[in-house]
Amino acid sequence: MNIRFQPSRRDMLKGGGALIVSFTLTPQAFAQGVPAAKPLALTEVDSYLVIDAKGAVTLYTGKVDLGTGVRTALAQIAAEELDVPFDRIEVVEGDTALTPEQGSTWGSLSIQVGGIQIRQAAAAARAALLEQAAARLGAKKEDLTITDGIVSGSGRQVSYGELIGGKRFSIKLDPKQPVPTKDPKAFKIVGKSVQRVDIPDKVMGTFSYMHDFRVPGMLHARVVRPPAMGATLQSVDEGSIRDVPTARVVRQANFLAVVAENEWAAVKGAQMLKATWSKWEGLPEQGKLYEHVRATKVAKDEVTANVGDSAQALGQGARKISATYDFAIHTHGSMGPSCAIAEFRDGKLTSWSASQATHNLRKQLAKMFSMSPDDVRCIYFEGAGCYGRNGHEDAAADAALLAQLTSKPVRVQWSRADEHGWDPKGPPTLIDLRAALDASGGVTAWESEFFIPQQTPGGFNVPFVAATLTGMPSDDHIAPGNIFQNSNIPYKFPNIKAVCHRLETTPFRPSWIRTPGRMQNTYANECFMDELAAAAGVDPVEFRLRYLDPADMRGIECLNRVAALAKWDKRPSPKGGQSGEVATGRGVTYCKYELVRTYVAVVAEVEVKRETGEIRCTRFYVAHDCGQIINPDGLMNQIEGNIIQTVSRTLKEELKFDRSTVTSLDWASYPILTFPEVPEIVMDLIDRPTAPPWGAGEPAAAVVPSAISNAVFDAIGVRLRSVPFTPAKVKAAMGGA
Amino acid sequence: MATRALHVNGRQVSITIDDPDMPLLYALRDNLALKGPRFGCGLAQCGACTVHVDGKSVRSCVTPLSSIKADQRVVTLEGLGTPQKPHPVQQAFIQEQAVQCGYCINGMIMESAAFLAGHKKPSEAEIRQALANNLCRCGTHARIVRAVKRAAEMS
Repeated sequence: MNIRFQPSRRDMLKGGGALIVSFTLTPQAFAQGVPAAKPLALTEVDSYLVIDAKGAVTLYTGKVDLGTGVRTALAQIAAEELDVPFDRIEVVEGDTALTPEQGSTWGSLSIQVGGIQIRQAAAAARAALLEQAAARLGAKKEDLTITDGIVSGSGRQVSYGELIGGKRFSIKLDPKQPVPTKDPKAFKIVGKSVQRVDIPDKVMGTFSYMHDFRVPGMLHARVVRPPAMGATLQSVDEGSIRDVPTARVVRQANFLAVVAENEWAAVKGAQMLKATWSKWEGLPEQGKLYEHVRATKVAKDEVTANVGDSAQALGQGARKISATYDFAIHTHGSMGPSCAIAEFRDGKLTSWSASQATHNLRKQLAKMFSMSPDDVRCIYFEGAGCYGRNGHEDAAADAALLAQLTSKPVRVQWSRADEHGWDPKGPPTLIDLRAALDASGGVTAWESEFFIPQQTPGGFNVPFVAATLTGMPSDDHIAPGNIFQNSNIPYKFPNIKAVCHRLETTPFRPSWIRTPGRMQNTYANECFMDELAAAAGVDPVEFRLRYLDPADMRGIECLNRVAALAKWDKRPSPKGGQSGEVATGRGVTYCKYELVRTYVAVVAEVEVKRETGEIRCTRFYVAHDCGQIINPDGLMNQIEGNIIQTVSRTLKEELKFDRSTVTSLDWASYPILTFPEVPEIVMDLIDRPTAPPWGAGEPAAAVVPSAISNAVFDAIGVRLRSVPFTPAKVKAAMGGA
Repeated sequence: MATRALHVNGRQVSITIDDPDMPLLYALRDNLALKGPRFGCGLAQCGACTVHVDGKSVRSCVTPLSSIKADQRVVTLEGLGTPQKPHPVQQAFIQEQAVQCGYCINGMIMESAAFLAGHKKPSEAEIRQALANNLCRCGTHARIVRAVKRAAEMS
């Protein structure tokens, strides 16, 4: 793979492959009960940082590492600002008894928001330590220097451990009055490709995932979900698992599970259990999904852009173009099915899970069990990558219910079918677009309508499966996330209207999957931009540059840099003149994430086999500007992941279902991209050390589907408007072209 | 309840089981508390559970214990190398930082190590083909291929 921004060996602080850094969970993460009170408020330095007598630093953060590397990046930020060695920092994440509530780990905000909070706390702590050192050493602050947590001046020195060891800072933070932070020119740790602290253990088999954690005396459980999603449980034949040692049935209303003293007995029991369920056929017909979406009642319309008078301009345009795009329902598809452990003791609930949102989970569990949130502690343990709200929280609710019903600690491990069938889904998206061009090919009007589920007011808590099956208290939100984002466009047309029809319902319990809404909306908008460029007979990069805000220099630079990186062949699409069996093409896409932050532009190169309709993505060029880069290699890892995962979603992925339930319950029926199909990725990282750091966990995913569609159009002159772009759809589109 | 003998990571061990056909994965994870092999699908579709049996990569989630003889050498990720002396593939994965969430990485390393034992100078296409039945959801493929190439050059 050709990576332009290759950190030099010298940049790799822990280079050489030696197993120097070892990340271990702190013993506190294993302890039950609530430890001695520690501040948790966002406005207290002590909420984030504890320095012990030996100078070891513990960083407490509500943001969790979902496999993205933020544990390392956040520790870099803290170490840099405190002037301590990177490996002196230990990180405690996502423990509601110990970590500040910095918001859920979503929306590409861990560094942009969480990192800035940590940087502020560390800067305030360093200033206080410097102040104390000056008093202790009888010197002026200006005459002191700090290296590796030791303050020196006038021939004397004092360590952080001696200054603060074990004591609290008791310093307030005020977001309205930020503490001065280090000049980026002086950075020694931020901006370097520090190796990730978790990788050695993951590679040696010594890392503890949620799935590896055990509590003494616990039972193992497997849930038995209804064979039709809305079915009710009529009867259970407990004798059907008589022969499985220690296995027994646990049931409440429509919630059914088998518990046993070892995991295999729970698996076997769940497979063998005979139960009778009612019939239920409440899902729409898959073949008519988008008719169903279009016919769903609108809860409210959100106008996300309204410039000029688009209706009038459309009526007057010399040339009108319209198109409809759709994007399939996706599952998160975590490699490790969800897993959680729960224990009730003395009226208090302790929940261990891989939730991206332990602080929210705590409130949601408290509601389900009619408890005070103060009596619930949720502790994060890393699971398989979740890419949003998958089944982790549901497994936590399953475990808590089973712990309550059995009066024992219970570990729930979902099966592959549970995960594919019962995680909340990325909802289907339908988008109508219309535009008008004047006689010279200039865009005079742009109108868009997005048919997407509503976000009910009051929260982002996706209802637990267990609460629904039992009728226990639940918020019953419809929570697909902020999927209106990027429905508006970054281009300056004289007349624009964008409307999101927020639908009352959607066929499956929705949630967010990496780049929710921003991906689907950018896909439709950027494909349609390409349609307009082709209609105007203009090069697609040139066409976009014509309409970008000239004051938005970073956006323009990003698009120009990807064109340079890809050695963009300036001409209108389609390419034409290709007669062979395999046609090649290139497509561009530009995105300013949520129109306010990270810029990303890509060029996709594809090969299309005319005979079979197969698309192969051969190469992606990426220009990426997320401001100040904390860890270049970590950033590249995230960008590669965004691109590859979204190529998979775009070419292959579609949830399959009948009128009763999900039928794509394994990797054979829900295939994802495999090694031979993975594109080469070439990157240009635009680092801006003096700018704020923005998110990178999602933006590079937003640009993939349209780049592929535009490249296919360039190759064969056929426009793909329905994700996934399966060979059958390509063939059908070619037939109709 | 029955006891049975297994040879795991260089040691003879004895485990107590109810079901002689229990998949090897559960013996390794639940009876022997090993953390390398992972439960991903139980269907031999993803590769997260991969171990070596007599040097060959095997999907432990669908391998009944009854099919493993007591003297067959089972090796898991923990037994492939040690922190002091990592296997070249493990070392290469660290050098290339070829991990995101890492849940699939056990399978990637075990499959690659078995593959490289029989293929000294593989091409990139051969490496990709060797890993075609190992799934990664995070999109770490590019780094994994680089790591396997690097390991091939080291050994």
